[in-house]
Amino acid sequence: MAQAGSTFDLKAGSFTFPTLFLQSGNLDTLSEELDARVEQAPEFFRNTPVVIDLSALESGGVDFPLLVGLMRGHGMLPVGVRGGTPAQQESAELMELAVLSEARGRRPPPERTSPSASGQSEGAAAGEPKSGAEQLRSANQATIVDRPVRSGQRIYAPGGDLVVVAAVVSSGAELMADGNVHIYGTLRGRVLAGVKGNREARIFCRDLRAELVSVAGRYLISEDIERRFNGAQVQIRLDGDRLIVDDL
Amino acid sequence: MARIMVVTSGKGGVGKTTTAAAFGMGLALRGYKTAVIDFDVGLRNLDLIMGCERRVVYDFVNVISGDANLNQALIRDKRCHQLYVLPASQTKDKEALTLEGVGRVLEAMGKDFDYILCDSPAGIEHGANMAMYYADDALVVTNPEVSSVRDSDRMLGILSSKSRRAENGDEPIREFLLLTRYNPVRVASGDMLSVEDVQEILALELLGVIPESEAVLNASNSGVPVILDETSHAGQAYADLVSRYLGEDLPHRFLDVPKKGLFGRLFKG
Ligand SMILES: Nc1ncnc2c1ncn2[C@@H]1O[C@H](COP(=O)(O)OP(=O)(O)OP(=O)(O)O)[C@@H](O)[C@H]1O
Ligand SMILES: [Mg+2]
Repeated sequence: MAQAGSTFDLKAGSFTFPTLFLQSGNLDTLSEELDARVEQAPEFFRNTPVVIDLSALESGGVDFPLLVGLMRGHGMLPVGVRGGTPAQQESAELMELAVLSEARGRRPPPERTSPSASGQSEGAAAGEPKSGAEQLRSANQATIVDRPVRSGQRIYAPGGDLVVVAAVVSSGAELMADGNVHIYGTLRGRVLAGVKGNREARIFCRDLRAELVSVAGRYLISEDIERRFNGAQVQIRLDGDRLIVDDL
Repeated sequence: MARIMVVTSGKGGVGKTTTAAAFGMGLALRGYKTAVIDFDVGLRNLDLIMGCERRVVYDFVNVISGDANLNQALIRDKRCHQLYVLPASQTKDKEALTLEGVGRVLEAMGKDFDYILCDSPAGIEHGANMAMYYADDALVVTNPEVSSVRDSDRMLGILSSKSRRAENGDEPIREFLLLTRYNPVRVASGDMLSVEDVQEILALELLGVIPESEAVLNASNSGVPVILDETSHAGQAYADLVSRYLGEDLPHRFLDVPKKGLFGRLFKG
């Protein structure tokens, strides 16, 4: 059964993943609801692979980069989507989400009220700025934080870089930015740069002890980071599809 | 105006009330008119540790709800007349504390006192929020173990985002670290975090280290703030804490394993 190779065996395996049934494309609401859940149980989603079910959604565009950032921000590891329109699946694929087949036969797509909403062009909507609050802040403006970021605190810099000039970003704290993230103290928490999918974003850090680092949805958890970088001054960036850590 | 300090921690049982009693007495002994307020509605511990539990008639909640005025509720310490206690109610509902009510009482006391210490309940919920909201200074009480340090870190995050100073965009609360129940023997054996470990994680100004000491339990049982036990290491460490808070530069004491004595030999290696 198994294909024998010199360095690996390829075998079929089946796993049960929790599934997030997306009821609406409104990610602001989703964010609030996830916040509430995580507030109650901070470890609830920690490093949990999750499948996103799109079948209850309208055929509109889903901001997958933001969705993925949001889920990662709450500790989930989105691995794939199920259901949804071809356009939605296409934009999910752009975020490296696997398109999984329906568990038991293909359900017919949900009834559409409007026949014109066939969903060919919606994919283009992904990545466009969504909320009014975000648009209020000017693009490329850096957010500067000069106090320690403590466990349970989350800082998001929309539309630009995040610069933290403080002694510590504690374990359990979280930094997110649409652009780069610069940390001048000890980094023990989680950092997500380019959360809207900016693959050029980087993380610069003076003392790396992070729980998780991520650029444009690609991530490494502390176990994945080579030992020698523990406490090192580094930059973290995407090289093709790989997230790499370099000495600075 | 009084300076308001919250004694807080997140985790329970780390020594907040012990500290509030000792610190309050210490400030009062230096001549500052000081009040200690018990925010632990439902548990009422401070009056016991301060030895005034038999003199409680009215409490903090009575004052907030207007059933009593401040003068009726404040209990003056018999050992030091500069010290007052505002006890918590043992019976009433926690929700009786409101931001508006607490603010009103602190405002009224502010004119009269030099320092007001708020003894926070454990946790990060309502009571703890009430105790820290109006603070100018925060003494974050931490035991040298991972869970206590983690909770203190969490509390520091809340202090910097949910206090009056944070909401008004004023100068942030001054935050100080107090390590309590420090046991050098257990630090040496690796069972407890060291002063350096904790400081590295929290990156906070260390205002004092109180050793684990039997004198604390004895003092609590007899209703005497341990700072009055001048022969005990814990009492001396609390006195140092008060001095540092008031601006003196003192080295931290009682950090090392005692060199001689049966205790030292028993635990050696
Ligand atoms: N330095 C110390 N050495 C030994 N025992 C101590 C020390 N400090 C506090 N304790 C003991 O720890 C216990 C808890 O202390 P305390 O009531 O001051 O804590 P707390 O933080 O106010 O608790 P809570 O969260 O329940 O309000 C008490 O039994 C007290 O005697
Ligand atoms: Mg207490």
